Amino acid sequence: MTNFNNFRFEVDGDGIALATWDMPGRSMNVITNEVMGELTQIVEKVASDEAIKGCVITSGKESFSGGADLSMLQEAKTQFEKLAKEKGLEEAMATFFEESRRLSLLYRRLETSGKPFVAAIHGVCLGGAFELALACHHRVLSDVDATRVGLPEIKVGLFPGAGGTQRVSRLMQTGDALQMLLKGDQIRPLMARNMGLVHQVVPRDQLVQTAKDWIKNGGSAEALWDQKGYKLPSNKVYSAAGMQIWPPANAIYRRETQDNYPAARAILEAVYQGLQLPMDQALKVESRYLAKILRSKEAAAMIRTLFLSMQELNKGARRPKNVPPTSLKKIGVVGAGFMGASIAYVTANAGMEVVLVDRDTETAEKGKAHSHKLMTDQIMKGRAKTADRDALLARITPSADYSDLKDCDLVIEAVFEDPKIKAEVIQKVEAVIPAECIFASNTSTLPISGLAKASKRPDEFIGIHFFSPVEKMMLVEVIVGKQTGDKALATALDFVRAIKKTPIVVNDSRGFFANRCVLGYILEGHLMFLEGVPPAMIENAGKQAGMPVGPLSLNDEVGVDLGLKILRATKEQLGEAAVVPAQEQLLTQLVEKDGRLGRKNRKGFYDYPENGSKRLWPGLNALQPEHLDAETLDMQELKQRLLVTQALEAARTVEEGVITDPREADVGSILGFGFAPYTGGVLSYIDFMGAKAFVDLCRTLQAKHGDRFAPPKILLDMAASGETFYGRAEAKKAA
Amino acid sequence: MAEAYIYDAVRTPRGRGKPDGSLHEVPTVDLAVTTLNALRKRNDLDPMLVEDVVLGCVDPVGEAGGDIARASVLKAGFGKEVSGIQINRFCASGLDAVNLAAAQVITGMKDLAIGGGVESMSRVGMGASGGAWPVDPGIAVPGYFLPQGISADLIATKYGFSRDDVDAYAVESQKRAARAWDEGRFKKSIVPVKDINGLTILAKDEHMRPQTDMQSLGQLKASFVQMGEMGGFDAVAIAAHPEVEFINHVHHAGNSSGIVDGASAVLVGSEEGGRKAGLKPRARIKSFASIGSDLALMLTGPIEVSELALKKAGMTKDDIDLFEINEAFSAVVLRYMQAMKLDPAKVNVNGGAIAMGHPLGATGGMILGTVLDELERTGKQTALVTLCVAAGMGTATVIERV
Repeated sequence: MTNFNNFRFEVDGDGIALATWDMPGRSMNVITNEVMGELTQIVEKVASDEAIKGCVITSGKESFSGGADLSMLQEAKTQFEKLAKEKGLEEAMATFFEESRRLSLLYRRLETSGKPFVAAIHGVCLGGAFELALACHHRVLSDVDATRVGLPEIKVGLFPGAGGTQRVSRLMQTGDALQMLLKGDQIRPLMARNMGLVHQVVPRDQLVQTAKDWIKNGGSAEALWDQKGYKLPSNKVYSAAGMQIWPPANAIYRRETQDNYPAARAILEAVYQGLQLPMDQALKVESRYLAKILRSKEAAAMIRTLFLSMQELNKGARRPKNVPPTSLKKIGVVGAGFMGASIAYVTANAGMEVVLVDRDTETAEKGKAHSHKLMTDQIMKGRAKTADRDALLARITPSADYSDLKDCDLVIEAVFEDPKIKAEVIQKVEAVIPAECIFASNTSTLPISGLAKASKRPDEFIGIHFFSPVEKMMLVEVIVGKQTGDKALATALDFVRAIKKTPIVVNDSRGFFANRCVLGYILEGHLMFLEGVPPAMIENAGKQAGMPVGPLSLNDEVGVDLGLKILRATKEQLGEAAVVPAQEQLLTQLVEKDGRLGRKNRKGFYDYPENGSKRLWPGLNALQPEHLDAETLDMQELKQRLLVTQALEAARTVEEGVITDPREADVGSILGFGFAPYTGGVLSYIDFMGAKAFVDLCRTLQAKHGDRFAPPKILLDMAASGETFYGRAEAKKAA
Repeated sequence: MAEAYIYDAVRTPRGRGKPDGSLHEVPTVDLAVTTLNALRKRNDLDPMLVEDVVLGCVDPVGEAGGDIARASVLKAGFGKEVSGIQINRFCASGLDAVNLAAAQVITGMKDLAIGGGVESMSRVGMGASGGAWPVDPGIAVPGYFLPQGISADLIATKYGFSRDDVDAYAVESQKRAARAWDEGRFKKSIVPVKDINGLTILAKDEHMRPQTDMQSLGQLKASFVQMGEMGGFDAVAIAAHPEVEFINHVHHAGNSSGIVDGASAVLVGSEEGGRKAGLKPRARIKSFASIGSDLALMLTGPIEVSELALKKAGMTKDDIDLFEINEAFSAVVLRYMQAMKLDPAKVNVNGGAIAMGHPLGATGGMILGTVLDELERTGKQTALVTLCVAAGMGTATVIERV
């Protein structure tokens, strides 16, 4: 019948319309301006054509839709800023508000059109697309495991602003609704039905028919909340039930976000206000929050780093184009200790064959047993089957014989961090591997160019730096040595892509990228401690700044003794001036006098009792030369010190050419060490503050706390020219 | 400017604030009527001289709603010409009502007024009036909303009061209250609540547990552990006071104010007003003040507001003979004494709300009367009355005998 660019629209003999969303030239449907326009026409057609009884909306692709086009949202913000300059803030805001609620109004029109709409969903249906489904009067899901629904907007600092907050909170208990909206999880079919998000789960081939049958059998075109006598699932906000729900919800929100995420706060506020209003007004209030969140720097920063940049890096943005795709079938891992065993696991888990080599078969077997344990955990959690474990284990061959590496495409060494031992391994491996095989070192501390000296083929030599625990940490640093060639880089990136992790490419440097920033964070914590800041305040400053753990906790996690070791190695190689003597004294005292090594021996900055939660060690008090009164301390400044020190180090890595692409610093900082995600990462933190403001802040901190806060030349230049890291990168690309 | 004098003060006994409490059968309005009538009767007061009745009430809904002061005036038979107003500053409402009455006297706009309060916690229920502060994320989040018990535990943690410290204070409150009752120190102000036949329903505070000791309190579990952990409130407390690593939960029903029913009324007037009514003033209101204070600590307002009220009175803490601070929680009083560097022998000498209970809107008027009785009994001159207030406030009043 009628045809659109993005939908096929046909009406069957029963008068039931089927709108099949199938955008040309795209693998996935996404909501664009054109889609909104065509959907409006479809809704009006269904509403006005008396021959049409109702309409089923489905997808012609393997998934329903991932939601709105995030670049469209970014474009809207740019338009707003332009309009604000031209016509003034108020007029720009009015236009932006109307624009940003178009989708919400369209969905509400669909919901109140008088004709029943059904969403028939197969595959992922997320964000704005799931909000479309929520506006339909009935929702049917395919029972296929790949089918997922959800509102993941919050993960990129956004807010479900096309009715999501209002419809979800009218479908389920307020506590459950808030949890769903604030977590942004993707939900499996049966769970979605149990939660009341969808009505039916059926085999894929019955999806459309089931949807049509519902209309044929007289399905109502009136949403629950538009029906007379509708009662909210958790009663009114101002009721005894509401008093049980809202105060803890507000507290838990702060606990989980430190109030750093405007979108999360907006969800709470929109639900709170919306539940006290009839639907049309509730949607309008939701739109007000959407218009505010869309303009927030947190949304802009998070969309760029956690969505766009991450996607680009995952797709191989940094892969040399001149190297044809590599086919990685068999990977060698040398060293079956904790790191090696974990690398073997993630590799086998991605379907590749693994040869796991260590000095004797027993040690290699022990490394393989780690995979057995991890898979067993998965089975216990219902996430894998016994057969999966068997298949994965069958792909790992433990061995004490280097010649078993002879047909590998890539060999990764994860042996002890000692240049001599590594050199020996490099030579042994190179003696057996074929010419096209790439050799990678998983060193975290030793410069790659130095290790490559032991190699006869330094152009085929590269660093692949995993973070611990490997199976959980999504970041991999790929370290390019002085002589590393394009093929080695391409192979490493292909490998990281195969194991579904995100790579950043880093030029060789002591500590590479991530650890340099992290060490700065820990050092700042130590210095605050020595100044006399109460230890809990240091830790809480870290958490409130948006870090996953405080600097003292982090030091305990990596090992206080390791911190001391790195410090001494730095001193040995770079001289006295490269370290802070007071920090060395503190760590020496903790490690050598008090035997406090960190979590590993249950004694670090914290005590780790067998049962019960960790507590700051009371003995810390005696290690502080003085004690400052908390009331005299500026919490804001403590938080800034902890973030600025990391951002400064990141800026230095750019200046030194260690980082060449700001996307990698930003994505790497969030995935690698959890740098305050709301900032968009270490460099976005500077960019969104503005180089000038950041330099001013550095100068203030420098005057109070020392030269480690001195802004490097690159920032002074940027402050003078008004540049940003991203602007510079664009300019460089264009040149 | 006129001076404001206290001519009389009365209170009902406090009934246990539960359905088995003696005052549960008594409507809120009748509690207030009891005190209004007592002022009238014992002072032989012409009610038409009373130019306003200001009553504090914290949950003014249901039978306590819609201006309980006017309803009480009418039921007490003061006459349709006598106006009434209900106010709410949470726990300080009763004292604020007296201060508001005094303010009207001082400005010369009135010559005689009544301030006081009423609360039937057993009939209306704490929190029944709702409110945006804990619920609306737009205020609860930036306002670091905490349930009061968590704030009290935060105060104990931050200022180093152990479970033993707070329990010991509670034991002392019970002892002092028991002694005060035994020696008849409250009899001047207590008005029994009676039924329509004149039968006494309650004549004595019934929340007290004079046999309380450290052992018996030691058996009670801290009340706010689960709320703090599961409800997320410990994290909010720590976010507001980040030098605190974890919250030491020390408060429980035995060292917190009791939930009770009751009413209070204080007759305030100018010299002229007293003369017209043929009354002799008992004390002068030297100064009063209200302030906002730290939100998460919530209950430390009495410190700052006492300093302000003393300053306005041109006095220092050393000029004060007796301090009366509402015993919302043990740690509130302990922190107050610590910060003000007070001799415990001068503070709450006849016990307080931990022993006798805290009928929210009524308490301010009650403890003002209690301390005035004690000044007269011991021949002392000056007292400072103060209460901590929800949402981080404090109110204080300084009085001096004449």
